[in-house]
Amino acid sequence: MESYSRRWFLGAGATTLISAAGLTACGSGSGSGGSGGTVTAMVYGDDAAKIQTAQVDRFNGSAAAKKAGGKVRLQKIPAADYPAKLRTAMGSPNAPDVFFNWGGGSIKAYQEAGRLIDLTDTIKSDAVLRDGFLRTVLDAGALKGRMYGIPMRGTQPVVLFYNKTLFAQHKLQPPTTWDQLLDVNAKLKKAGVTPFALGGADIWPELMWLEYLVDRIGGPQVFAKIKDGDASGWGDPAVLKAAQTVKQLIDDGAFGQGYSSVSYNNHGASAAFAKGKAAMHLMGSWEFSTLLGIFPDFAKKDVGWCAFPKFDGGSGDIRNVVGNPNNYWSVNSRVSNKDAAIAFLRDCASETYTKALIANGDVPTTTIAAKMLDSSPNPEFAKYQYQMVQQAPAFTLSWDQAVDPGWQQPMLTEINKLFVGKSSPEQFVSALKGLK
Amino acid sequence: MSPSVTTRPRGRARQGVRTGRPHAAWVLPGVLFFTFFAVVPMALAFYLSFTKWNGLGDPQPAGLDNWRKLIHDPRLTQSLTVTVLLTVVSWAFQTVVSLLLGVWAAGRQRNRAVLSAVFFVPFLVSSTAISLLFYALLDPNFGIVRGDTLGTTSGAFLAIVFVGGWQFIPFHTLIYQGGARQIPEVLYQAAAMDGAGRYRQFFSITLPQLRNTATTSTVLMIVGSLTYFETVLILTQGGPGTDTAILPYLMYEAGFKNYDFGYASAVASFLVVAATALSLVLVRLSGFGAMRSTREGM
Repeated sequence: MESYSRRWFLGAGATTLISAAGLTACGSGSGSGGSGGTVTAMVYGDDAAKIQTAQVDRFNGSAAAKKAGGKVRLQKIPAADYPAKLRTAMGSPNAPDVFFNWGGGSIKAYQEAGRLIDLTDTIKSDAVLRDGFLRTVLDAGALKGRMYGIPMRGTQPVVLFYNKTLFAQHKLQPPTTWDQLLDVNAKLKKAGVTPFALGGADIWPELMWLEYLVDRIGGPQVFAKIKDGDASGWGDPAVLKAAQTVKQLIDDGAFGQGYSSVSYNNHGASAAFAKGKAAMHLMGSWEFSTLLGIFPDFAKKDVGWCAFPKFDGGSGDIRNVVGNPNNYWSVNSRVSNKDAAIAFLRDCASETYTKALIANGDVPTTTIAAKMLDSSPNPEFAKYQYQMVQQAPAFTLSWDQAVDPGWQQPMLTEINKLFVGKSSPEQFVSALKGLK
Repeated sequence: MSPSVTTRPRGRARQGVRTGRPHAAWVLPGVLFFTFFAVVPMALAFYLSFTKWNGLGDPQPAGLDNWRKLIHDPRLTQSLTVTVLLTVVSWAFQTVVSLLLGVWAAGRQRNRAVLSAVFFVPFLVSSTAISLLFYALLDPNFGIVRGDTLGTTSGAFLAIVFVGGWQFIPFHTLIYQGGARQIPEVLYQAAAMDGAGRYRQFFSITLPQLRNTATTSTVLMIVGSLTYFETVLILTQGGPGTDTAILPYLMYEAGFKNYDFGYASAVASFLVVAATALSLVLVRLSGFGAMRSTREGM
């Protein structure tokens, strides 16, 4: 019967079409415009957003808000989709006036489209903004020397965590040079302990190894060149050397056998570290809070931390840091009430706000934070991070946030290929040099 | 036209108007729905495929750039290969298991009814939840599979096939169960009289009688595997490297990770064309137009 066949055809066809088209159409915007004097602020909606919620409530009742004639309305966007949601909202007429970002490459497209206010001169002429924040952190979020963001949360340097109990048990010291690291590696393997936990299934934890190795081997200027869009920068010998070093570590079994199936996001890597299956974990400083949340005893008793070791013969300073210097507020060039927006940004340097961040376990990068860190739930680790960032000659923003978004995914894919053994270090370099 | 409509007595037709006889306006909600949620987005995607757009400002005309890039993209060939492989292997795996389970579940015994209900549970869970569950189960330190499953091409591929099967086999089991219950009992009685054993009965009666059911199930599997997405996104992110990046994932990556909406739209349009063509071919091959009932006396 023909009617039967047509219905079936439509049914089968339509299912496909709707599914395919539905995928294309997903990710609709959810912004709402700032009317009158109200400034909308879009923030990454994880647990820490409660600090911003409290800040906005306090700011709206403050004299500064009254003087600027405007209030702030906070929009919390569920965390996982934040970059895509922000992009959609910024492309719509309902774009936020102020928005959370990671600085660097994460705002490059907005800057190129003329959608950001250049804050460089405002910062220079305003003592609160100029002197209120650590200079390294203000600089790390800049694009070609111009500033578009004000630090608004805690700093997240990448740190080498180690298990103090395991180290004592095997009579080991945290490594400060590469040779020491290889020595520790060999001893741990002999003892049947995986030297390093690595959440390779998520790929970005693999990135951290290359970030630090390239810095320690060739110094921060190697990636600085790449970050500005010069793909030939990948041809620097330091990149090849770093990739070869990674391959050597893998072949050595430094990450164990199944690291490509270990996820950081579902706490697989943290669990391997906390349960003593792995002795060290190279991870962002947030790992400490994560461990406190799921393995509190381990975090309080056994966790030690140190800087990524110096590479013998390399030119990078051991005090250099990679990671996320901070998150930033940037201002949309179509802001409805610029005075209110700037007044809100100035509040991020305030003592009250700094105190709230510290109480949450964050390490704010405001200048006044230095003498307030005793009130942190983990003062020892908080002070370590603050000094690490304060004394760093260079703070390199995580590569995936620093490069142009068009490079981000191909770069992560190439890094993954290197780690799963699908690319040799030479192929890795030549693939990255070919990025357009 | 279908004879059942044209040969209806006129009197009944007139009477039918009052009681609500099918009328052009009846299809309106369906047409509107399909227009807004399928035709319009598809047309927009097709338009975007001829532009360069990163989501900010207005799309800039780019002529055939995206299409040229698509044709020369080695990842298109790779993802087509993976998509075809995934479809074929998933089909084989799911069909064999659901056929056997379905025929078994068609029996009227109480334990079979209870177990069939239990078997159906995975289908009721969202694919995202299932993928997250298996993601944890594949952890080499604490999971049930202790090797480096997701770090090898075959491991990652088989993990996707297995997780997909775990989710969709219950549905196809249900289809086969329904099909098997339609098979007239007399056929088995006759076969038993002729001395056919259980295996002979299965291969000579059950299998041939389930021909149309198998076609239905196959079409659904093939069309479904073209839009398979969440499992790949969560389980492998297209990896290791790009080895499990199927077409829908390629499209997602271009759009929502690289913000190259022009190229993503070209991939999407290609997917629409390919899926439509495949559906047409399937319908022709499987002979839905000429499908005959296999019930006795009909």
